[in-house]
Amino acid sequence: MHLQPLLDVLRRERGTQVFFVLLLIVAVGVPLLHAALPASSPLHISTYTMTLIGKYLTYALLAISVDLVWGYCGILSLGHAAFFALGGYAMGMYLMRQIGPRGVYGHPILPDFMVFLNWKELPWFWYGFDMFWFAALMVVLVPGLLAFVFGWFAFRSRVTGVYLSIITQALTFALMLAFFRNDMGFGGNNGLTDFKEILGFDINASGTRIGLFIASAVFLALGYLACRYITSSRAGRVVQAVRDAESRTRFLGYRVESYKLWVWVFSAVLAGIAGALYVPQVGIINPSEFQPINSIEVVIWVAVGGRGTLYGAVAGAVLVNYAKTYFTAALPEYWLYALGTLFVLVTLFLPRGVVGLVDQARDALAKRRASTPALPTADSTLSSAQRSP
Amino acid sequence: MNVAAIARNGWERIVGPRHRSDRRPSADVSHGTILYLEDLTVTFDGFRALNALTLYVDVGELRCIIGPNGAGKTTMMDVITGKTRPDSGSAWFGQNIDLLTLTEPEIAQAGIGRKFQKPTVLEQHTVFENLELAVAGNRSIVHTLFKPLTAEQRTRIDEVLTAIGLADQRHVRAGTLSHGQKQWLEIGMLLMQDPQLLLVDEPVAGMTPQEVERTAELLLSLEGKHSVVVVEHDMDFVRSIAKRVTVLHEGSVLAEGTIDEVQANPKVQEVYLGV
Repeated sequence: MHLQPLLDVLRRERGTQVFFVLLLIVAVGVPLLHAALPASSPLHISTYTMTLIGKYLTYALLAISVDLVWGYCGILSLGHAAFFALGGYAMGMYLMRQIGPRGVYGHPILPDFMVFLNWKELPWFWYGFDMFWFAALMVVLVPGLLAFVFGWFAFRSRVTGVYLSIITQALTFALMLAFFRNDMGFGGNNGLTDFKEILGFDINASGTRIGLFIASAVFLALGYLACRYITSSRAGRVVQAVRDAESRTRFLGYRVESYKLWVWVFSAVLAGIAGALYVPQVGIINPSEFQPINSIEVVIWVAVGGRGTLYGAVAGAVLVNYAKTYFTAALPEYWLYALGTLFVLVTLFLPRGVVGLVDQARDALAKRRASTPALPTADSTLSSAQRSP
Repeated sequence: MNVAAIARNGWERIVGPRHRSDRRPSADVSHGTILYLEDLTVTFDGFRALNALTLYVDVGELRCIIGPNGAGKTTMMDVITGKTRPDSGSAWFGQNIDLLTLTEPEIAQAGIGRKFQKPTVLEQHTVFENLELAVAGNRSIVHTLFKPLTAEQRTRIDEVLTAIGLADQRHVRAGTLSHGQKQWLEIGMLLMQDPQLLLVDEPVAGMTPQEVERTAELLLSLEGKHSVVVVEHDMDFVRSIAKRVTVLHEGSVLAEGTIDEVQANPKVQEVYLGV
């Protein structure tokens, strides 16, 4: 490990600092306001609100995984929700096995939907999911392996640009159709739900929710650090070179396909972890998570926030999802129009997203304050981290 | 192949070979010749871009290649760097490396660097980062992810920065450099890989006279240390750097010799110099 570039970024990059300060405030403040204050207090945060914010945190992790491949490596994935959902299903299978004999049909082993389908025994691929460590392994392995196989063929065949985007979209659509089928053994269109316990704790208890919330914040922080480590390393600069000039990078002697494949797989694993944290908080996973529109929404979050910055992806995920929560309650039929309009406006007027706007405002302010114009002498690691594609 | 060999093979395809020495066999130049092109023919939709081209380049030589548009200069470069595969013929780097069996990155690793006609520096990266990406060394992701630059690599970057005259611009984004500076940066990127053979495509196109002069000095300073093949239209520039000139025409060699011999050749005058 070579940590110096990462430390330099943490010391110098304002957006990253703001991200960590806000995340720390949220990770400590929200559980505190939830647990320490009585429900009657105006500052009390309800379980519902805390779970909602926890959900945003998992979305933010999904968003940085997309930003890593899109903003830094130039691979526009329109299928990342598939990896998110697969991680979610792995966690959902564990939570289903934890129900045990407490299901509606009271079968000691089989989940309710299998009893309903008149199955006599557990399908082989459900073995092991009664153990948390196994499920946790699968959360990482299943999306990672799918991404590896997919990426292996796609990148080796030099499928790029819009063609790759279309294939990723087809991937998530195919998975959605497959998971909708009852005989796949993943609960069909109802998916997996009615969870009772996680690691022996009541999944609806306030304390468990706090634990899940803090876990989401911790994994978001770790995921962010890992992505920032990658983007500020030499490998990160190779990846950005692949984004800007793929064949040039190949001529420099780099195995472009390998770099793409590793970034792609790492990103899929992050998305899978995000999905695994999402499912116990929302209490359900079903095939609608594979819908193509979900993956497109993630891309919109990243575009709105500002791609190629990581913290922009987090900002975009939170902002757009807050707007979605608000709109779908206030004006439900207009949400998709609002989302579409937002995307068009951002593409036209804010190519660097919300964080780009903040940067511009800060630069303008600095220029007005400074009597002499500043020279562009930023440090290499700093400028590489801050640049937008 | 047993299972272990298959696994190792698969692993190396993904992360790159384990040892640098596996990957970079240097060209055997004990006979004094670094590049052997023999009977190369390349056809595009019936058009013969190269027609039984035969060309040899000596070690440490600075060779200029001239020829009218469509003479096959760029196609020849494409064949050497593995971008285009010939229909027939052979291309050897030294006596031991068959270029036609290697991929583009393998050829770059083997020690052939190419500068393109248009400057293709990485515009979003700084001058330093451009050179850093080009530095000779292990290019596997495990290495670039976990290992910092070595002291020698840093020294090498500083040397090249000085050689190409961009030491003061090290933290400037390459996209903001002037055209001439981009060309030097690109030559610098080739030097970082410390190639045995440098292919340079139209280095002075679009440069100011001062920049042309500076570029000539730069290329002349490489002579002896590297073998250099320059493709150029600008005759004054060719005259200022070349000892030996090869004239291509319709995909094969028309003439070869010193600049004066070539310019005096009636066939050359007819097709190229238009005198």
